[in-house]
Parts: sequence; structure tokens; C-alpha cells
Amino acid sequence: MLGYTITQWLFGILSFLAIMFGLMVVFSRNPVNSVLYLVMAFFCIAGHYLLLNAQFLAVVHIVVYAGAIMVLFLFVIMLMNLNQDTEPQRTWLTKIIAGISGGLMLFVLVGSLKGSEQLQLTTYGASQIGLVKNLGKVLFSEFLFPFEIASILLLAALVGAIMIGKKEIK
Amino acid sequence: MINGISINYYILLSAVLFIIGAVGVMARRNSIIIFMCIELMLNAVNLLLVSFSVLHNDASGQVFVFFIMAVAAAEVAVGLAILSMIYRNIKSIDTDLLSNLKN
Amino acid sequence: MIKLISLVPLFPLIGFLINGFFGKKITKSLSGIIASGSVLASFIISILAFFELESSTHKQNIVNVFDWINSGDLTIPFQFLYDPLSAWFLLIITGIGFLIHVYSIGYMHSDEGFSRFFTYLNLFVFFMLLLVLGNNYVVSFVGWEGVGLCSYLLIGFWFKNTAYNNAAKKAFIMNRIGDLGFLLATVLIFTNYNSISYTEVFEKAGTASTSTITLIAIFIFIGAMGKSAQLPLYTWLPDAMAGPTPVSALIHAATMVTAGIFIIVRSNVFYSMSQEASSFVAIVGAITALFAAIIGTLQNDIKKILAYSTVSQLGLMFLGLGVGAYSSAVFHVTTHAFFKALLFLGAGSVIHAMGGEQDIRRMGGLKGKIKITFITMLIGTIAISGVPPFSGFFSKDELLAHVYEQNKILWLVGMLTSILTAFYMFRMIFLTFYGSFKGTHEQEHHLHESPSNMTFPLIVLAALSIIGGLLGLPEFIGLPNWMHHHLDEVIKIKNPLMLSHETEATLMGLAILSAAASIYFAYMLYMKNKVLPVEKENEFKPWQKLVFHKFYVDEIYETIIQKPIDVVSSFFSKVVDNQVIDGIVNGVGTFVKTSGSAVRLLQQGNIGFYIISMVVGVIMCIVLLTMAIN
Repeated sequence: MLGYTITQWLFGILSFLAIMFGLMVVFSRNPVNSVLYLVMAFFCIAGHYLLLNAQFLAVVHIVVYAGAIMVLFLFVIMLMNLNQDTEPQRTWLTKIIAGISGGLMLFVLVGSLKGSEQLQLTTYGASQIGLVKNLGKVLFSEFLFPFEIASILLLAALVGAIMIGKKEIK
Repeated sequence: MINGISINYYILLSAVLFIIGAVGVMARRNSIIIFMCIELMLNAVNLLLVSFSVLHNDASGQVFVFFIMAVAAAEVAVGLAILSMIYRNIKSIDTDLLSNLKN
Repeated sequence: MIKLISLVPLFPLIGFLINGFFGKKITKSLSGIIASGSVLASFIISILAFFELESSTHKQNIVNVFDWINSGDLTIPFQFLYDPLSAWFLLIITGIGFLIHVYSIGYMHSDEGFSRFFTYLNLFVFFMLLLVLGNNYVVSFVGWEGVGLCSYLLIGFWFKNTAYNNAAKKAFIMNRIGDLGFLLATVLIFTNYNSISYTEVFEKAGTASTSTITLIAIFIFIGAMGKSAQLPLYTWLPDAMAGPTPVSALIHAATMVTAGIFIIVRSNVFYSMSQEASSFVAIVGAITALFAAIIGTLQNDIKKILAYSTVSQLGLMFLGLGVGAYSSAVFHVTTHAFFKALLFLGAGSVIHAMGGEQDIRRMGGLKGKIKITFITMLIGTIAISGVPPFSGFFSKDELLAHVYEQNKILWLVGMLTSILTAFYMFRMIFLTFYGSFKGTHEQEHHLHESPSNMTFPLIVLAALSIIGGLLGLPEFIGLPNWMHHHLDEVIKIKNPLMLSHETEATLMGLAILSAAASIYFAYMLYMKNKVLPVEKENEFKPWQKLVFHKFYVDEIYETIIQKPIDVVSSFFSKVVDNQVIDGIVNGVGTFVKTSGSAVRLLQQGNIGFYIISMVVGVIMCIVLLTMAIN
């Protein structure tokens, strides 16, 4: 199809969608809409993971981000009753400055890429590391200790969130 | 089956997503939106890590992404708790009002 | 007993520790008994060891206590050397020390710092014994510094009085100047002989060049100058009379000030090898002797008179050392220790009786009131004046005979000194004990003889002052000079007296005559004509004024040393410290504060601004990084 493989087509479409949803997150006035657009952007990123044959991460990503984190965001927004646009806007000057510095950063990043080697990603099916089986092996052998630490971190975050969220600390 | 996509495109995509997040952080005043933009930036970095992990055929990158997700979950939990606390106290989550440390 | 010689310094140390830690908890009498008892124990061991040494042929006994410093080439064992010299000094220190401890129990009985006093006194005895017993310059130096410290503590014993504290500081600083000399000598000895132990150094003393030996000898003598109050470092000793009288007797007359003599006798090899150093010692000694004797003639404070007399007598001893009469000098140290301790203790007894009065113009007619004190002090005075057969006569005569053999001018100076000595000592006696009482009525009523524990040491010392001469009878009339033979082993290069018997007899006669004439002159002046020391300064003739003010030496020192230092230090304190250093310190503070308040404006609490700054920073980093790579 127009000289592109199907993978390349998928990559292009997913990238376009991800960028578009990302922009919508920033520009949408209503926080609830922002959340929903962000969920969409995350789905696109999950699609990218699948494209890279990182199946485990794709699943985890959807479960953690779209399933847990974004729901949390939604809850909080609803809790605060921010579903309509009540946010005071920044001045245009600040927005322009923000845009300029963002553009500058992009320019610099792209500029630094210019002239570098065009490394092709290897054979699609050959990269088996992203499969649940292989990643699980690595995770529970080489990275067992950090894994356990991460669980402790989550526990601590749980306790901390409850502590902070409590109405009155006595 | 050849992927046929240069790593440069992934870098470019990540950079664009990252900068969208950064601009969002700079341009908005709502703490929750800022928070979401930060999540977007994190994801941009995650994507880059995964693509490099595939490029080098090394699992470490993906394991790292996994840990980043765990940390992000923790961060969001605590961060949102703090935000709701702030909202409870000053009835707003406008960052410009959070300048008590200034003086 | 020689093996147990380490016990001799140990006992006073134990006494010091007990009194130092528990002095406040135990009764006064117990603390006095512990202090005196520890010194008595040392004295007994010293006597036993002394007799063992006398009968043995092995005269040099080295007792290794422990290894002290081991570093590279430098090995300093903590060793004691027990030979005739240290044996003799041990006897003097512990013997007289014991008597003075006993005396102090009576003298200090009503002082609130009673146990503190004995703590210091025991510590002093410990350090003094260390100084005398040490087998190398470093151990001796420890003792040397230690006695200086104790002297400081005891001069400033009544530390509530600023003048006393200043006197203590003066003594400390003067001593420190001398100590530097001692230290330099030690270093020089180590670099030249690669050893600092007495026995080793003296064996290979000749291996160094003559100029080095002279330098070493002069540095040792500078140390001795400070400790033994020689010109120009003598001014601390008269001021040191601020301390309690037993201290003056023990430290500033009988023992510590003779440390200088001891160290020179100990290092006699160096002096025998260096004519220049010896002459230097002799000349300084002679000038000091005459100088102090002249000042002594017009002093009115009973303790000051004795202090100047001490300086003068020490000068005589150095004169003797300078002409190589080492054993005579030690002999004079011994007799001087007897009669000067006696005189000081007697003076203490007089002061005690007078209720703290020290000015002899306020005394007079005391001889009937305090009989024992009077008689013993008279004995001491006769002894120091050189009247036969009292001890001072023999030692001084022997010493001056040696001087005469070497140098007639120095001998004349020595003679003059002893004439003046006889004069001012009898002036003191006449003014204090004869004539009419000149103090207040209250003092007259208060007059009383001291308790027996104070008079007992006086009597013992008086007896010793009388018979002390037996230790060194003149050899030319066929009598044995015990002291001379005793120290034979210690003196490496002998210097026997070569005068003919007639000359010696003439010198002796001259000495007796001059002493008698001087005493007669004092008698005429103060007894017959009842001349009283003038009360007001403007009645002095010019030369008297000069002498009365001690030749203005203190004032000269103040002008040439203290004033410039004051100027320099006030410059440093006012300009350098206040402006430069404080300026730098405050400047740093002000800079941080100013720049802080400027930078503070950046922190206006706007999160968006922070993030923009961060993004700009990141951009810069990436730009710089790419530039660095390409």
C-alpha cells in the first residue's frame, strides 16, 4: 500500500492519534474531557507497545494507567466537582512563552537527532523479550529484589495516601 | 517480518509527546491537568525505553518501564491525596494560589 | 633499695592523687599527714638507697621503668639514673621537703585551700624527683616543666589577688623563655649524638665539634638561667614571694631554683670541654650575685630580702660552676638549702607572729617574744654570712678558692657579694629582732611563738646549718672533703684545687675578716646609731633610689619588651582583627544576605514560571551537550 508495510501504516496512524489526543488533553477546557482524551492517548501508546511486541507491558499499561490511574483521576475530579470549566486561564503571554519554550525544546531535540544513524529495529517476530514468559523470568530472577521493594513502595504509598486523605489527623 | 521503522521515529514521537506534556504543565493552572500532563511525559519516556529495549534486544528496559509504572501508580495515589487535601483546605486547586512558601 | 628507687617519686604522686581527688572529703589533719607521710616515705627510701650506693662500687645504676617513646631513630625510655649526684639531690629534696611539709601543716592550718596546697606541694616534689632522677634530657624536661607548673600554681595560690596572679604569670613566662633554651639543647644533643640518654651522651660527648658543644652548653645554661633566676631572667623570683612562705622556702630557695645548678652539674662534660661556655656561666653568675646583693641591701620586705639573697647565692653557685668547681657548687647548694630554707621558714614564723606583716620597718624587738624563731634565724644568718664554723663558711670558702685560682676579678666580685650578704642579712636581723617594736599595738598584743610543728623544722634545719659544713671540710688542713669524693664518679673531667696551703689559709682569713667587718658595720649602723630605713622615697639619695627600685630592671623590661608587644597586639586586635578579619567574615555574610535577597525575588511561588525555567535549563543542557559531542 503506497510502498509502506502494514506495520508502518499502523505506526503512522497510532502516532498521529497519540499526538492528537495528547494535544487535546492540554487544550481541552473541561477536565473530564482531558481525562478521557488522556485515556485514549494511553490506548494508542499501548498499541505502540504491541507493535514492538511488548505484550506484557501493553497489558499492564492498559490495566494500570487506563484502568486504575485514570479512574482515580476521574474520581477526584468528580469529588471536587470540576466537571465544568471553572479554571481561571493563564495570560496569553504565559501561554505564548510556554509554546515558544516547548517549540524550542522540540527544535533542539530534533536538531540533535539530525545526522545520526538510521538504526532499523530488528525483525519483528525475533524480539521475544516482551513476552510475558520471558519478562517474567527476568523479573523474578535478576530483578527479584527491586520487584519486592516496589511492592513495599506501593504499600507505603497506600498507607500514605490514606493518612493524607483522612479528614482529621489526631 | 520486518518492522521497518527507524528508531528515530520513535525518538521523535516520544519527544513530541514529552513536549506536549511539558507545554501543558507550563500553560495550565489546574493542578489535576498538570498532573495528567506529567503522566503523559512519563509515558513518552516509557515508550522510548521500550523501543530501545527492543532495539538492543535487552529486557532491562522493559523491566524498568514496569517499575516506572509501579512508581507512577504510587505517585498518583499520594499526589491525588495531597490534591484533595489542598482542595479541602483552600477550596481550589489553582497552582497560582499555592504560593504560601513565597514569604 | 636501689631497685626500688622508682618508689621515691611514686609516693608523692600517690599523695598528690589522694589529696587531689579526695582532698575536700578528708579532714585537714589527714590530708597533711598523707602529704607529709608520702614525702617521709620517699625520704626513708632515699636514705636506705643512699647507704647502699655508698657501700657499693657500682655507682651508676639505671632503672628502666617503661619504654616511653619509640619512633624511628628516636628511642626515649622512661629511665631513672641513680648515681651519687641524683642520690644526693634526692636526699635534699625529700629531706627538706618533708620538714617543709610538716611546717606547712602549722602555717596553713587556717587556710581554706589547705588540701589544695598539699596537692600542689606533693605534685611539686614528684616532678622535682623526676627531674633529678631522669636518665635522659626528656624525662628531666618533664620534671623541669612540671616544677615550673607547680611553681606557677603555688605562687598564684591565693588566686583571688590579682597581683599574686600576675606574679605567677611572670614566673611562668620567664621560665618559659629558659625552657626554650633547654629544649633547643635537647634537640641539638639528639641531632649530634643520636641519643639523649645521659650515660650515652656523656660517653661520646667529645665526638662533636667544640662550637657545637659550646652551643649546647649555652642553651642548657639559658634553661638554667630561667629556672635558677639568673640575670637577665631573675625578676620573677622576688615576685614569686607572693606565694605562701613554705612555698618560698621549698621551691624558691631550697629545691626548684637549684635545678639549674643540677642540670649543669649533670652536663658538666660539656662545660669542661668548652671554655667559652664556662666563662659565660661564670660571668653571668658573678654579675647576678653582685647585682642581687646590692639590691638586697635596701629592701624592706623580709621575704624580698631573702629572695634577693637567694638570687645572689645562686649567682655564686653559677660562678663556681663556671670555674669548674662542680662539687663545691653542689656543696653550696646543700648548705644553702639548709640555711635558706631555715631563713624562709623563720621569716614565715615571724610573719605568722606579726599577723601577716612583712615589712621589717614595722617590726623590731621581737627577740624576746619569739625565742626559738629568733635563735634559729640567727643561726641561719650567721651561716649565710660565712662565719666559721657554720656550714655556709665552708661551702662559700671552697667555692671562692676555686674562683680565685681561675680569675682574680671574679673572685673579687664574689668576695664583695659575700660582704654585702653578711651586711644585709644582719641588717634584717637587727631591724627585725632588736630595737623597739614599731608595729601597731594590736600586732604587739598578738605576738606569739609558732606551734611546735612549725618550730620543729626550724630546729632541725638550724642544726643542719651548723653542722652542714662537715660534708666538705677544707682538704688543705688535712681534713676529709666528703662531698668531693662523693661526686668523684659524676664529674668526668676533674679540676682539683692547685692553690698552695698558704694562699688558701690567707683566703680563708680574708673571708672571716671581711664577714666580721661587714657584720660590725651593720651593727654600728642599725644597733648603735639606730638608723632606720627611710619611710619616704624622696629622702633617698640618688644611688639609693636606684637600688631601692632594683635598678629599674622591671621598668626597663616593661619598656623594651612589654610596650612594643602591647602596641603590636593592639594593632592586631584593633586593625587586623576588627577590620580585616571581621571585615572578611562580615563581608561574606553581607554578600550572601544581599545576593540572597536579590535571588529571593525569583522564587515568587509561580509553578508555571519554575517549569519554564526548568525547560529553558534542559534546552541549554541539550544544546551544550550536542555542541560538546560534535
